[in-house]
Amino acid sequence: MKISGAQILLRSLKAENVDTIFGYPGGAVIDIFDTLFREFSQDFRFILVRHEQAAVHAADGYARATGRPGICLVTSGPGGTNTVTGLATAYMDSIPVIVFTGQVPTPLIGNDAFQEADIVGITRPCTKHNYLVARTEDLASTIKEAFFISTTGRPGPILIDLPKDVVQKKAKFEYPDKIEIPTYKPNVKAHIPSVKRAAELIRQAERPVIYAGGGVITSGAHEELYKLASMLNFPVTMTLMGLGCFPAIHPLFLGMLGMHGTYRANMAIDNTDLLLAVGARFDDRVTGRVEEFARHAKIIHIDIDPTSIQKNILVEVPIVCDARDGLSRLIEELKTKRRSAKADEKLKDWHSQLTAWRNEQRLRFDRTSEVIKPQFVIEKLYELTAGKAIVATEVGQNQMWAAQYYLFDNPRTFLSSGGLGTMGYGFPAAIGAQVAYPDKVVIDVAGDGSIQMNIQELATVVQYKLPVKIAILNNGYLGMVRQWQEHFYDQVYAYTDITVAPDFVKLAEAYGAVGLRATKSSEVENVIKKSLQIKGPVVIDFVVDREEGVYPMVPAGAPIKEMILV
Amino acid sequence: MENRKVISALVENKPGVLARVSGMFSGRGFNIDSLSVAPTMDPEFSRMTIISHGNEAIFEQILKQLRKLINVSKVQDLTRGDYVDRELVLVRVKAASAKRAEALRIVEIFRARIVDVAQDNLTIEVTGSQGKIEAILELLSSLSILEVIRTGTVAIPRGRKGSKSGDSGD
Repeated sequence: MKISGAQILLRSLKAENVDTIFGYPGGAVIDIFDTLFREFSQDFRFILVRHEQAAVHAADGYARATGRPGICLVTSGPGGTNTVTGLATAYMDSIPVIVFTGQVPTPLIGNDAFQEADIVGITRPCTKHNYLVARTEDLASTIKEAFFISTTGRPGPILIDLPKDVVQKKAKFEYPDKIEIPTYKPNVKAHIPSVKRAAELIRQAERPVIYAGGGVITSGAHEELYKLASMLNFPVTMTLMGLGCFPAIHPLFLGMLGMHGTYRANMAIDNTDLLLAVGARFDDRVTGRVEEFARHAKIIHIDIDPTSIQKNILVEVPIVCDARDGLSRLIEELKTKRRSAKADEKLKDWHSQLTAWRNEQRLRFDRTSEVIKPQFVIEKLYELTAGKAIVATEVGQNQMWAAQYYLFDNPRTFLSSGGLGTMGYGFPAAIGAQVAYPDKVVIDVAGDGSIQMNIQELATVVQYKLPVKIAILNNGYLGMVRQWQEHFYDQVYAYTDITVAPDFVKLAEAYGAVGLRATKSSEVENVIKKSLQIKGPVVIDFVVDREEGVYPMVPAGAPIKEMILV
Repeated sequence: MENRKVISALVENKPGVLARVSGMFSGRGFNIDSLSVAPTMDPEFSRMTIISHGNEAIFEQILKQLRKLINVSKVQDLTRGDYVDRELVLVRVKAASAKRAEALRIVEIFRARIVDVAQDNLTIEVTGSQGKIEAILELLSSLSILEVIRTGTVAIPRGRKGSKSGDSGD
């Protein structure tokens, strides 16, 4: 029996165990939405967002929170172009997101038809792969391929462009069980001789540091990381993307490293003799001046993407494999032959040095201030949610304070645009996470700038009764840029003052959500408690110290030991 | 030119593949000096010969980034071993009757061919390695060159005893 392209699409998604679709309808996809509504409304939860960009971020947040691919369905032309930022965000952070875009009918492609855009051409550099489906017969196998590519190797977003006639025409449906792509064979198994070399370096190390990134979360290697670090008694630092892959309350945790890393983590990098990098890519926000990054260290680099290796930093032992496989093989190797007592003796000295650095420069802020300190808000959020919330962030100061002051103990609980740094990411990402986990507390830590980039999604959370809490750290500035201007541009605050803004409490109310405000430190706790008791979405406007900065801060391009401290 | 590199890539013969490859080069700021592409014996695949230059680190990235593209099957750095490379060039030169003899002499020396003759110009076809092409162009420039059309280099590794050098799709 032949069925329509729209039916093939939705049956394929069912076969891939998709339960949620984020999207926005339009002319080119009207058939798919019609079929979804009439025949598949029991199979999928459809979340109608208010802007296509938010659909992709929501699918991305869903993917980060669950580990399963996030699905998005939008129309042609502007529907597609509005997904570009979301795709680029997911691409930079290796998140499996699959975006289906409508396209004008095949005979019209290239004719500058109404709502036509060459979305495959536009998104080629910001997707892991993309497709224009030319025939209804190819649809099922293309979807199978897309899910496979998106979720394996180094994951990433895929876009599938669906011309209207391809969706309308009928074909036989057969969803392939397996797929074989001869040109795509990611290497997941570690090369054993390299593992042995790495183990030997680990045995000799006196001042080791484990530097873990988002790859540990992607591969589900957090338990292996925990096992390795605790068996060796090695300190662990993390990238922004890695937060949650090792318990932040653990004594071996040094805090985040890099531009806004802790003093202790950055000093550790500057003095270490062995850096074990796992699922991290030596991003410029982590390394500072590359020539001086970990200058005394031999480096072992475990990463599934060969292009990440020897790209920014030359390493002694590269191991191209899945982080989980690499770490478990290292554990086996180190179990059979352990570290020498002498090396472990040196390790003790290293730990006392690390403690000394911590005591020298802790993360800190003025706790006596009556004006609300943004860090205080994050600390209170941590305390009052017992560290159990899923925290999404926007980008800028709010993101860095959340990273520094909310202690993440579990993977997939911190959702943040690390690579692309997309303002407007956090709120829709929180929506995605809340849809996946209706009973968990999901918080978007926002700034007054970022939140306005996808504020329209208040309608979405009200419509679907998603109890997302938005904590706006409102300082009336594009705060991170203002902070740079303060330090490097003679305190000339060019175009970063955004005090002209809506009343966020009234705005929340206008959408049918609850709005709360705190203007003094003494009000913070009560306002947070109250918001957590409310079953629906809440916007909390924290009017914070306008000129508070994020510290430590490494100037761009400086070595990471050169930190501006409070 | 610093470190000329010859890359041979076996890619799927599908729409958009050339755009993926060339887009990767431009997006990452890598150089392409020339690129030629045509289907192999197996029509499912095409062979690309890409001439690039850059330091070793950049070149390693180029190879890895090429391999990372989903439609790319196999990438070889031919400059690592022995290879044969050829380029075909069509050159139109001014050649009034007084200069014809000289033009013909150059054509003969380089084993080139005359493929078109007009009143006051000749079109010459020449095939060869980069060195040969540069040499003949330099000599012909004394006759004043009207136009040059180049195919870009194609290259193949030298055959070893007992090895197949066909277009296998592995």
